[in-house]
Amino acid sequence: MTSARYSGVPRWVYVPAAVGALFIVLPLAAMASRVEWGSFWSLITSESSREALVLSLRTSATATLLCVVLGVPMALVLARTSFRGQTLLRSLVLLPLVLPPVVGGIALLYTFGRKGLLGETIDVLGLQIAFSTTAVVIAQTFVSLPFLVVSLEGTLRTAGQRYEVVASTLGARPTTVLRRVTLPLVLPGLAAGAVLSFARALGEFGATITFAGSLEGVTRTLPLEIYLQRESNPDAAVALSLVLVVVAVLVIGLVRGTRSSAL
Amino acid sequence: MSLHLTATVADRDVEVALDVADGQTVAVLGPNGSGKSTVLSVVAGIIRPDAGRATLDDTTLFDGRGSWCAPHERGTGLLAQDPLLFPHLSVLDNVAFGPRSTGASRTRSRELARTWLDEVDAGELADRRPSELSGGQAQRVAIARALAAEPRLLLLDEPMAALDITVVPAMRQVLRRVLDGRSAVIVTHDVLDALLLADHVIVMESGRIVEQGPTKDVLARPRSTFGAGIAGLNLARGTVEAGSVRTASGLLVAGLHDEDPVPEGSAAVAVFSPAAVSVHRERPTGSPRNVYATTVRELEPHGAQVRIQTDEVSADVTAPVVAELDLMPGTEVFLAVKASEVAIYEA
Repeated sequence: MTSARYSGVPRWVYVPAAVGALFIVLPLAAMASRVEWGSFWSLITSESSREALVLSLRTSATATLLCVVLGVPMALVLARTSFRGQTLLRSLVLLPLVLPPVVGGIALLYTFGRKGLLGETIDVLGLQIAFSTTAVVIAQTFVSLPFLVVSLEGTLRTAGQRYEVVASTLGARPTTVLRRVTLPLVLPGLAAGAVLSFARALGEFGATITFAGSLEGVTRTLPLEIYLQRESNPDAAVALSLVLVVVAVLVIGLVRGTRSSAL
Repeated sequence: MSLHLTATVADRDVEVALDVADGQTVAVLGPNGSGKSTVLSVVAGIIRPDAGRATLDDTTLFDGRGSWCAPHERGTGLLAQDPLLFPHLSVLDNVAFGPRSTGASRTRSRELARTWLDEVDAGELADRRPSELSGGQAQRVAIARALAAEPRLLLLDEPMAALDITVVPAMRQVLRRVLDGRSAVIVTHDVLDALLLADHVIVMESGRIVEQGPTKDVLARPRSTFGAGIAGLNLARGTVEAGSVRTASGLLVAGLHDEDPVPEGSAAVAVFSPAAVSVHRERPTGSPRNVYATTVRELEPHGAQVRIQTDEVSADVTAPVVAELDLMPGTEVFLAVKASEVAIYEA
């Protein structure tokens, strides 16, 4: 909706704003201009591309599920309770957002790797996590969990507790209140958080290559495949990149959709 | 269903003790910030008091910092200023929420919901969404929802404060009907609510109960400034000196005592109607009267009359008198009230 309201923005501001917008759009356009449309379909459906794409979708979906399972309780505890050290905990939860992913990968390696903190325990169970598909999921969950927690905690705070209080005075147990009142009310926020987490998991590179390696069909996700193809087959790299751009655009559309329908 | 409560909430400076007898409706009156809503929150289990004890029948709601009963186990329904209908449920499912949460089947809880919606004349709203209701309709549904949970004690926190003034009388009728014979506590600003809905009145000021008793007694013989205010009376508080009441500001008010006069030196209040106060520009002479020199602070319409506010006493006079005496804020006047119009009793 545009209206004729006076904006009050100085005219010169439009110049850096336009430069900024170009800075984002231009590289994408440049990349799109290099796509070999004739061979596009065969490039993105080659054996290795397909395997990478399927692996990416599978691991990202699993990671998103894990984010929901772990992140919803975390957001609830952060938004609805208060305890000593909560502020510190909230900062720590946000850490993967700002940490270089490669550092996250190293940290994971020293936790779940063969010689890591939990390595022996995991060995006893007969499992081998590092350099497996499980490692990919762990790396993706590690980097994308904060997106869900932050998004949902904000929604929970905005929604407030008034409806929950009413529900409890009507005789509903805490679990009933959570299931029938809290979650339905924050569903748009939860969906937005899940979509963001999925997008972050799909684009994950640094932690994955450090902690999970790059085994074709096992840990080589789409971003890793693009990075590898970049030298041997630039056309394939560009084509696959475009696929990720399309996914990203869809994600933004989805998030905006759920946000605008919220409340 | 009787409630016995003593509670201290330190960080809101609230300290109260009150009882609600079986089937009794108690109105809690008081200025903003006097702690009325805090008391309801303590009873409902939303605020945990620092000390005190509460029992509802034979259930202990809380006892000191030890035992504690969660809100959903208390059987205390809470109706707030805002209806707070769950926006994602239909009106029917909102009302069915209570029974459904306490174990009734879906079919049974919807049957109950229909019954309660009919009870508050909102049966035809069952299939609507909360966003499609007017404020008055939503509050009716909220009442039905609170009642459908079959609370042992109903807590109402200014249930009509957010409503359009035109629907308040109808809502008051609904409340009068559903509160009949039900144990309830209603927090209100409006003296009409106390008169029409409550058997018993509690007046709170600054976190303390300053006055309580049967509604008609409190309104006829208020002992607190707020109580006198809602009853529309002047109240002077002080100690008895030569049969009159000497206030902290030095005013001496003569009046009539009950059969048992309040002893010399005890705390007492002198209460009189603004209509009994006459206003003069010159000091009046003649019959024994209470006469005070003061300054007019405000003039405001009061029914067919004009209420003259001064620092301590207000007077109701007719518009011609205002014109004749040329009264306006700042005018120096003498207020007079016959001792026979003043009632003196223990504070």
